Amino acid sequence: MDRREMEISRREFFQKAALSGTLLFIIGPKVKDSVAQVTESGETITHHYAMGIQVDKCIGCGRCVNGCKIENNVPREPFFYRTWIERYVITVDGDVVVDSPDGGISGFPETKEKDAILRSFFIPKLCNHCANPPCVQVCPVGATFSTEEGVVLVDKDYCIGCRYCIQACPYGARFLNPETKTADKCTFCYHRLAKGLVPACVEVCPTRARIFGEIGVRSSQLTRFMRFNELQVLKPDLNTEPRVFYANLDGAVK
Amino acid sequence: MDKLIEQLQHNLSQVVGFIYPNEIELHWGILVVVYPYITGLVAGAFILASLERVFNVKEIMPTYRLALLTALSFLIVAPLPLLLHLGHPERSFEIMITPHLQSAMAMFGFVYIWYLMMVLVLEIWFEYREDLGRWARSGKGWKKYLHYLLTLGSLDHSEKSLRFDHKAVTFITIVGIPSAFLLHGYVGFIFGSIKANPWWSSVLMPIVFLFSAIVSGIALMILVYGLSTLIRGKSIDMACMNKLASYLLYVLIIDLSLETLDFIHRVYESVESINIMGQLISQKLFISLIVVQLLLGTLAPISLLVLSKFLRLPDELKRLLFFLSAILVQIGIFSTRWNVVIGGQLFSKSLRGLTNYKMELLGLEGLLIAIGLLVLPFIILTVMVKILPPWKDQKPAVS
Amino acid sequence: MDIIRKIWNALPFPDQTKRLLIIFVFFITGWLVVRHHLVPPTFGQRGYYRAAAVDSIAALPISFVGQSQCVECHVDEGAVKTASYHRDVSCEVCHGPGAKHLDDPSANSLLPAKERTLCTVCHSYTASKPTGFPQIEPLTHNPADPCIKCHNPHDPKPPTTPSACGACHGEIARTKSVSHHASLECTFCHQTQELHKISPRAAIPGKPANRDFCGGCHSRSADSPKEIPRVDMDSHGDGHLCWQCHYPHYPEAL
Repeated sequence: MDRREMEISRREFFQKAALSGTLLFIIGPKVKDSVAQVTESGETITHHYAMGIQVDKCIGCGRCVNGCKIENNVPREPFFYRTWIERYVITVDGDVVVDSPDGGISGFPETKEKDAILRSFFIPKLCNHCANPPCVQVCPVGATFSTEEGVVLVDKDYCIGCRYCIQACPYGARFLNPETKTADKCTFCYHRLAKGLVPACVEVCPTRARIFGEIGVRSSQLTRFMRFNELQVLKPDLNTEPRVFYANLDGAVK
Repeated sequence: MDKLIEQLQHNLSQVVGFIYPNEIELHWGILVVVYPYITGLVAGAFILASLERVFNVKEIMPTYRLALLTALSFLIVAPLPLLLHLGHPERSFEIMITPHLQSAMAMFGFVYIWYLMMVLVLEIWFEYREDLGRWARSGKGWKKYLHYLLTLGSLDHSEKSLRFDHKAVTFITIVGIPSAFLLHGYVGFIFGSIKANPWWSSVLMPIVFLFSAIVSGIALMILVYGLSTLIRGKSIDMACMNKLASYLLYVLIIDLSLETLDFIHRVYESVESINIMGQLISQKLFISLIVVQLLLGTLAPISLLVLSKFLRLPDELKRLLFFLSAILVQIGIFSTRWNVVIGGQLFSKSLRGLTNYKMELLGLEGLLIAIGLLVLPFIILTVMVKILPPWKDQKPAVS
Repeated sequence: MDIIRKIWNALPFPDQTKRLLIIFVFFITGWLVVRHHLVPPTFGQRGYYRAAAVDSIAALPISFVGQSQCVECHVDEGAVKTASYHRDVSCEVCHGPGAKHLDDPSANSLLPAKERTLCTVCHSYTASKPTGFPQIEPLTHNPADPCIKCHNPHDPKPPTTPSACGACHGEIARTKSVSHHASLECTFCHQTQELHKISPRAAIPGKPANRDFCGGCHSRSADSPKEIPRVDMDSHGDGHLCWQCHYPHYPEAL
């Protein structure tokens, strides 16, 4: 049993213990064990989708933000993002200046601190599809959940709009969709994955800064990316176990 | 939607530093401030009522039934602010039929029903059963039938039966104290368990909520008992008032110590979030936290209560000081809830910036609705007092 | 009726509790009935959520069809682009989402992609973009002309090979231009093959290898103009390489 499996089974153990520990479990609907996909030849396939981000390839053009809004009918107004780009400017004085004008959807203007830059770079952000998602934990009705492939989704026909998940997400990846009045966020373009396509942001990224794939599949771009880079996730101390991995992530990024 | 966008544009212009682009909309507004404030009053009023039953504090006997009815009135209103703030109130039943057991919020339905049905309503029913039967027999008009309906036909007034009522009330009260702790500790847990938010995430949160709840409940009963007695033209029982004021003082001191402990702990540990927390307090929460919550809502009433306890003051002046303290405490506790709920959303989870909350006046999540929700329990209480008169010194009007 | 009365009296608890019990049984039964009817049919099938939600999300329509779909018809453009710098830039980045066009090509044409802004969103200069990414200053770089007048977007080789390194290495060129090294040609330190201008990564320019290279101008004994600052190469810098402390493109910086 490798470390990852051990961690997962330990989490399951705690979850089950917490479940059975409460007398209330009798009144919840009966939950079957999740079923993995089974092919015709009887082989079981469990996908574990993940995304890799090569920070030093991002040029901050915002095509991903734009593409995401088109693909997923995200309201065009500049307050609702399933993905967005942040620009970090670290000055020679050590100040960290971050901005994300309109989520970076139209690119970035020249920075104001241009005379005193020590380092500067762009960081694409999106839902981290955590293996240990705090948003799923707090949803009172089971309207947000991890699928068997590890994608965290929102059921917009079941969400009551309490916004507890928005409070619980450490990454600001969720928003309340003003049209549906329900929680909304990146789905890894689940509808595209189902059709064998990559997420829209990955499709339109002109510099291959985003790499999409499955964890544990040999000879894939993602596996290669994970093999040859030193990887970091956002806010690792919160133990959310993100499935969006960053290469060359600066410590200033939160 | 246009109105929302306009409001978000305004918020955007108020942002200091950097916040995540999705954080411009502040999600929990004034209604979510009202909710823990009201449940706090419920828990506090009930715990006060329990003192008389379980610990035999005879002085506060005059407030016992009144406290139960007050708790019930506020408990009936408690879910309304939550309901009104939902994106889809029509789906709220889902929390009862598919409660997600890992979610603190899903427990709301159970905690609420348990507290409403198993504790408050049952205790009130056993407490009033004898009177209800009497009123049903001797009353006139529609009230007679209402009282009869409320007895559920249980008109046995034998000594054995009444002794059972009394035992039941005591038993329920004993169960009720942990339940009241659960009710409000649970509300604190809803905030305290959010690890993404350093302002909320604290093990002390449920305990601080609980003690501030008891503070607000006792202060409420000083006001309700005092005012209702004055309205009825009776004289206020000063022994009762003194006792209530002493309890208020003690719990206020415990509450202040806990909050101070939390504060010192945060400053001493001085983790990553301390800088933005400092900015939050000095820029956004200075008035509501330092001035209103701490000075006006905690230190001022403590001083007033200490004065009235140690100086030999005439009863009239004492009463005035008690009332003043109780009002200040209410303002302070409302501020406490505000500082937790709104304060926790005024800084970015990137810990790099502050945003803004602009309260609506009208609208479903506006100030007027919030005020309405705070007045509503008093209307319910007035009706309830008419149906179930809590005074021992007065026969119900019908007899 | 008598039987009920007998049973009622025979139950061994006080009268009050029996009556309350009826009310509680009534409420709990009501709740169970309501719950039975209102829990969605697919809830709990795969986990604590509505399984039907996953299917409805998977069935959402797509907007971006992906490059492989485009080149099936647009073979020539595809062939040119695949061999060019823009091979990673998906067709739909510039031409817009193609799902409708794919359904009915004649009725839904895509954007011709001629505006300058389509190019400048990536290629305008900001200090935060990674070094080596080709950037121009839109205000000074032929501001009146559309980009496609000189550059074929499917094969954006510069019309002439860049006359100066600053065309791609804008950030370095800017820094150097205000430094004491402004008058030095880039090639003074970096041996650059012609091939680098066409295929940058196939021929990486050279860099100075040792202290003596800098000493050529800066050592006590160097045969260079008097204004140039001199150091004692034997004692200065403790044997470290010059560029471990000095940034050659801006040597006066701390």
